[in-house]
Amino acid sequence: MKKGLSFIVVCMMAALLLVPCAWGKSIKIGFNIPLTGDIPKVGEESKFAAEMLKADVNGAGGLEIGGEKYMLEFVYEDNESKAESAVSAALKLIERDQVIAVVGPNSSKQAVPGGQVCDDNRTPMISPWSTNPDTTKDRPWVFRAAFLDPFQGPVAADFAMKQFNAKKAGVLYALANDYSKGLAEIFKADFEKKNGAGSVVSFESYGDKDQDFSAQLTKIISAKPDFIFLPNNYNEVALIVKQAHDLGWKGPFMGADAWGNSELMTLCGDDCKGHYFSTHYAAAGATGATKEFIDRYQAKYGYEPADVAALTWDATRVVLQGLQGMGKVTGDLKKDRKSLKDAIADIAEFDGITGKMKFDEQGDPIKCAVVVKISDKGEFVFTESVCP
Amino acid sequence: MLESVIQNFFNALQWGSFYSLIALGYTLVYGVLTLINFAHGDIFMVGAYIAFFVSTFIIANMSGLPGWAVMTLTIPLTMILTACVGVTLERIAYRPLRRKGANRLYVVITALMCGLILENGNLALLGASRKSFPPLVDKVIYTVGSISMTNLKIAVIFSAIMVFILLQFIVTKTKIGMAMRAISYDKFAVPLMGIPIDTIIVFTFILGSSMAGLAGLLYSLSYPILDPYMGALIGWKAFIAAVVGGIGDIRGAFLGGFLLGFIEILVVAFFPSTFRDLIAFSILLIILIYKPTGLFGVAKTTKI
Repeated sequence: MKKGLSFIVVCMMAALLLVPCAWGKSIKIGFNIPLTGDIPKVGEESKFAAEMLKADVNGAGGLEIGGEKYMLEFVYEDNESKAESAVSAALKLIERDQVIAVVGPNSSKQAVPGGQVCDDNRTPMISPWSTNPDTTKDRPWVFRAAFLDPFQGPVAADFAMKQFNAKKAGVLYALANDYSKGLAEIFKADFEKKNGAGSVVSFESYGDKDQDFSAQLTKIISAKPDFIFLPNNYNEVALIVKQAHDLGWKGPFMGADAWGNSELMTLCGDDCKGHYFSTHYAAAGATGATKEFIDRYQAKYGYEPADVAALTWDATRVVLQGLQGMGKVTGDLKKDRKSLKDAIADIAEFDGITGKMKFDEQGDPIKCAVVVKISDKGEFVFTESVCP
Repeated sequence: MLESVIQNFFNALQWGSFYSLIALGYTLVYGVLTLINFAHGDIFMVGAYIAFFVSTFIIANMSGLPGWAVMTLTIPLTMILTACVGVTLERIAYRPLRRKGANRLYVVITALMCGLILENGNLALLGASRKSFPPLVDKVIYTVGSISMTNLKIAVIFSAIMVFILLQFIVTKTKIGMAMRAISYDKFAVPLMGIPIDTIIVFTFILGSSMAGLAGLLYSLSYPILDPYMGALIGWKAFIAAVVGGIGDIRGAFLGGFLLGFIEILVVAFFPSTFRDLIAFSILLIILIYKPTGLFGVAKTTKI
C-alpha cells in the first residue's frame, strides 16, 4: 500500500513538474519499459532512475544545448513485457508523443522488435539492459548501454570452469525469450569449444508462462552435470531453483544478468543463496559515483537498485550527452533525430556508473562484466571482474 | 533410466493433480448447466491470492502459531472465500442471463469476460509486482536412491484423490447430487418436481469454486510465486483435460487431468523439451478424433 501511495505521489509530482514545461522550451524523451507483465520490477526501477535524473537536470534549470536551456520531459510507455506491445509502444512514442529519442526496451525479447521499429522510423533508440546481439545488429539508429551475450556467455563459462572445476554443464532456458535462448546457445557453443563436444550434457527448454519445470530438471539432474546454467528472468529463477532442490539437486547454479533484481531474494529466499551470476555491476561494495547513485536511490525509494536502474541512468545520460553534442535544436524533429543519432555515434568514450564504455561501429559498448555471489545475507557481493 | 522414469511418474502425479482439481470445477458446472465456465481458471488464481492474504493475515495477527495450525485455518477459509467469489459471479453474471433465457453462446462469452475482469481487476488493485507465498509447512525432502519426494507433493496428490472421492460421493449418493443430475437431465421439468433449481446451481458453484480455491492454495505452496495471469494458461489446459476426459463426467475430469499431466511430463522425459505442447496436444487431438465426446463421455445422455 505504501508503495502504491508513493507511486501516486511520484506521478503527481511528475505532473506538477510538467506544468512549467508548458512555458519554457522542452525536450521529450520516450521510455519503452515493462511496467506490468512478467518483469514489472525492471520497469519500475528504470522509471525511478529516470525520474531521479530528470529531477536533477530540471532542478538545475534544464539541459543546456548550444547556450539555451531545455527542460526535460519524459514519457513512460508500458510494453507489458511483451514483444508485440513493445512494437506498439515504440510507435506510440515516435508518432503520437513525437519524442526525440527512445530509451528502452530493457529485455531483449522486446528490444529486438522495438529496435526494428525505431530503426525503420529513424528515431535514435538506446536499450539499457538488452544483451542480445540482434538488438543493434545492422541498425545504425539503435544503441545500447549493456555488454553483449557473446561476451557474457564466455564469462559465465570461464567462471564456472574455474570456480566449480566444471567439465559438464546442464542448461535450462526459456524458449520464447530472445535473451534466454540466445545466451543459452552462446554459452553452449563456448562451453563445448573449451570442454569438447557433448560437455553440455543436458540442454533443456520450457515455454511461456510455464511454472512446473520438474520434468526438465529431472532430465538435467539425471545427466549429472557439475553445475546448472540458468540464463532466465528472476521470477522463473526463483521457481526453478526451488524445484531443483526439491528434486534432490545439491550442486551449484550459475546465472546471468537477468538474475540481478531486487525482487530475486524476496521471491527465492534461502534457495538462491551461495550461487553466482554475471552482471553489470555489484551494488555491495560499490565506490564513487556508483555508490552515490545507489545511496540516493535507496534513500528515495527504499530499496537497493539493481543493474537495470543503473543502466537506465547511464543510457539516459548517453542520450543527454548526445543532445548536448548536437550543438543546437532546430525544432524540426526529423533533422534533430538525425543529428542526435550522429552525436551519440560520435561519443568516443562514456564514463558511466556501470563502468567506462566505448561504442563500436554497431553501437555496442565495450565494457567490463562482473561476477557476483549471493551472500548468506542475500546481498550481491562482488567476486571478480572480467574485461574484454 | 528406471529411476528417472519413476521420478517423472511422481512429477506427473503432482502436476496432473492440479489439472484434475481445476478440471473438476469445469466439469461440475458444465454437468449441471451445460455452461463452460471459462472464468474458472481465474477463480483458481483468485483462490491462490485469497490463500496468500488469509495466510499472511493469520501469520501477522496470531504470531507464534505453528505452520500446521496456520495451514488448518487457511484451508477452510480459502475455500469458503473462493466459493463466495464463484457464487458472486453466478449471481451477477450468469443468473440474469439465464433468467432472460439467453443463448448458451452469450453465457460462454460472459464467462470469458468475467475471467478477464478478474485478471485485470487484480492487476489494477494489487499492481504488477509478484507476490511470494509464505512457506507454511516445513519442506521435508525424502530421498530414495536418486528419487526425491517432498511432503508437499504427497499432500497435493492425496488431496486430489480425496476431492475426487468426495465429489463422486456427493453426486452419486446424496439427495442434492441427485438433484444436480436431475437438472442436467431436464432443466424445465425439474422445478415442477419442487426442486429449488437456483439453490442447486449455487451449490454447484460453491463446490467447483471451493475446489479451485483448494487447488490455488496447494499450487501456490508448490510454486510460491503469484501473478495475476497465473490462472489463464493452466485453466485452458485443465479445460482441455476435462473435454478429453468427457466434460460433465467427474471420473473423466479426474482422469483427464492426470492424463494431461502424464503426457506433458513424459514427452519432456523422452523428447526434446521444445516438442512438449506440440506432442501433448496432438495426442489429445487423436483421442478426440476417435472419441469425440471424451473418454467417459456418452453422447446425449445424463452427465455428471
